[in-house]
Amino acid sequence: MLELRNIQKFYNRGTVNETCIFDDFNLRIEEGEFVSVVGSNGSGKTTMLNIICGSIPIDRGSVMIDGNDITGQREYVRNRIIGRVYQNPSSGVCPSMNIIENMAIADNKGSSYGLGRCINKQRIEYYRSLLSDLNLGLEDKMHIPVGSLSGGQRQALSLVMSTLKPLQFLILDEHTAALDPKTAEVIMELTDKIVREKHVTTIMVTHNLKYAVEYGNRLIMMHEGHAIMDLNGEVKKNTGVDDILGKFYEISIERGN
Amino acid sequence: MTLLLSVFEQGMIYSIMALGIYITYKILDFPDLTVDGSFPMGAAIAAAMISRDMNPVLALLTACVAGAAAGICTGVIHVKFKVRDLLAGIIMMTALYTVHLCIAGKANLPIYGKSTIFENGPVDALFAGSLRPFKTVVIIFLVTMILKYLLDWYLSTKSGFILRAVGDNDTIVTSMGVDKGTVKIVGLAISNALVTMSGCLFAQQQRFYDASMGPGTMVIGLASVIIGMSLLRKVSFIRLTSSVVIGSIIYKGCVAVAIKLGMPSAFLKLITAVLFLAILIVSMERSAKAKPAAQSAGGNGSGNPDGDSDAKVVE
Ligand SMILES: Nc1ncnc2c1ncn2[C@@H]1O[C@H](COP(=O)(O)OP(=O)(O)OP(=O)(O)O)[C@@H](O)[C@H]1O
Ligand SMILES: [Mg+2]
Repeated sequence: MLELRNIQKFYNRGTVNETCIFDDFNLRIEEGEFVSVVGSNGSGKTTMLNIICGSIPIDRGSVMIDGNDITGQREYVRNRIIGRVYQNPSSGVCPSMNIIENMAIADNKGSSYGLGRCINKQRIEYYRSLLSDLNLGLEDKMHIPVGSLSGGQRQALSLVMSTLKPLQFLILDEHTAALDPKTAEVIMELTDKIVREKHVTTIMVTHNLKYAVEYGNRLIMMHEGHAIMDLNGEVKKNTGVDDILGKFYEISIERGN
Repeated sequence: MTLLLSVFEQGMIYSIMALGIYITYKILDFPDLTVDGSFPMGAAIAAAMISRDMNPVLALLTACVAGAAAGICTGVIHVKFKVRDLLAGIIMMTALYTVHLCIAGKANLPIYGKSTIFENGPVDALFAGSLRPFKTVVIIFLVTMILKYLLDWYLSTKSGFILRAVGDNDTIVTSMGVDKGTVKIVGLAISNALVTMSGCLFAQQQRFYDASMGPGTMVIGLASVIIGMSLLRKVSFIRLTSSVVIGSIIYKGCVAVAIKLGMPSAFLKLITAVLFLAILIVSMERSAKAKPAAQSAGGNGSGNPDGDSDAKVVE
């Protein structure tokens, strides 16, 4: 269970550029939930994920996992139970290392990075089989530096890397945005499969309302630092893209444009 | 012949230092100026210990530990106190000047006639007669190869992979649940240990320590790394560490030729600087021509997208 309690977050506090992203923001995500998060650009979705992962400090409030306060925990410690795909495709891979090397690093997550050999030859076939599920031809590019793959290929690789080892939370930030429609479909199917198989609590930010409606068992719409819509179970199942779109227009009319 | 031998001797001694710079500059992406202080520190340790008739191998090990400590200091200044990389190196470089001066006791300490790694009973017995001139170069070759292979091995370990990852994209190191600061400190420690050992061997070969031998170390190392990388980039079966060693020998050769052509040796630093500039310009033109074929730092030279070939194979 993940809980954000009374979160307050300012950017550039104390300067003329001070912006308040969250003021008393609360969110509770139960174990095993697959939450889709939608919201307009700049509504604070990535900021929320950064707060959960400890990538940025908060001004007030607390982050709790299973009832333990982890607000003060360093980002790298928190990341041990979190798998994350970033909005920027370059953030999840090492560009100058090849696919095998990248996978080998990800494959060691959770144990210590000591003086044992990093690449385990026996695992390479397994990596290859995981990559061939993506249908992007990555299995034939195992020796190519990841920096020369396309953005979408890199993003798909980051997803595979971040879910290679057992994890408690999966954090996805527009992980299909860089993909072509067909590949996006494949990646969404794969995401769903991983979430089901590993029973991992997932938060997926997306601008694709179709995916938000189709996948997951909870849907949240963010707006000006609040979850203005939060649908669960049956209600979510019966909600269509049009309903969400309606809500979007509603808020932009409120804003006066 | 003697000239060639001395190019190889000094080229290989400097190549150990260049390997250290390869770690910080190429792998960690950290311009570490500490080396201008840790190189003479190694020389000071050699001179101080050997002039007191202590074991030259022990001097090398001491240098290794002292260098690692210096690297850790730079790392802590950068990581814990959030001082910019360049400044952290400059601070340590300045501090180390006093350190190596104190270790040596004076600004110039010769160690003629003392036994060194290259000049001692067993070694002299082994290299008798006509083998004698090759004594130093063989020993340096062995030491360099041992250190090079140790580094190659290290870079293939999990710890080595994380080190390569931190310079490439430190976000991923954090996602792997590893503290990127610690990884940087480890990298700086290894790098400076190599540089200090190089300085220690240099003093043993030259048979003196001089307080002014530090400045320019960084430039020599960088030049070696860049020559090695850009000349041998397309020769995919050569490991990057080997190209650094070869680059260092080529660089020493260039300097030797310049001096041979009549440049007064007082101009050494100027030659160094000009040569470095020339190398930089040439290598930048080369890499601009070779398209942005993402430079592969693959330790096994695996990912080399073969491009148009004007690669000069130097051996
Ligand atoms: N480092 C920062 N410094 C200052 N302001 C920031 C910073 N990061 C984000 N912001 C601001 O915070 C607001 C929320 O940004 P955030 O990245 O969370 O949006 P988002 O919901 O992820 O948007 P998108 O859908 O475009 O990814 C934006 O107005 C942005 O300008
Ligand atoms: Mg975002």
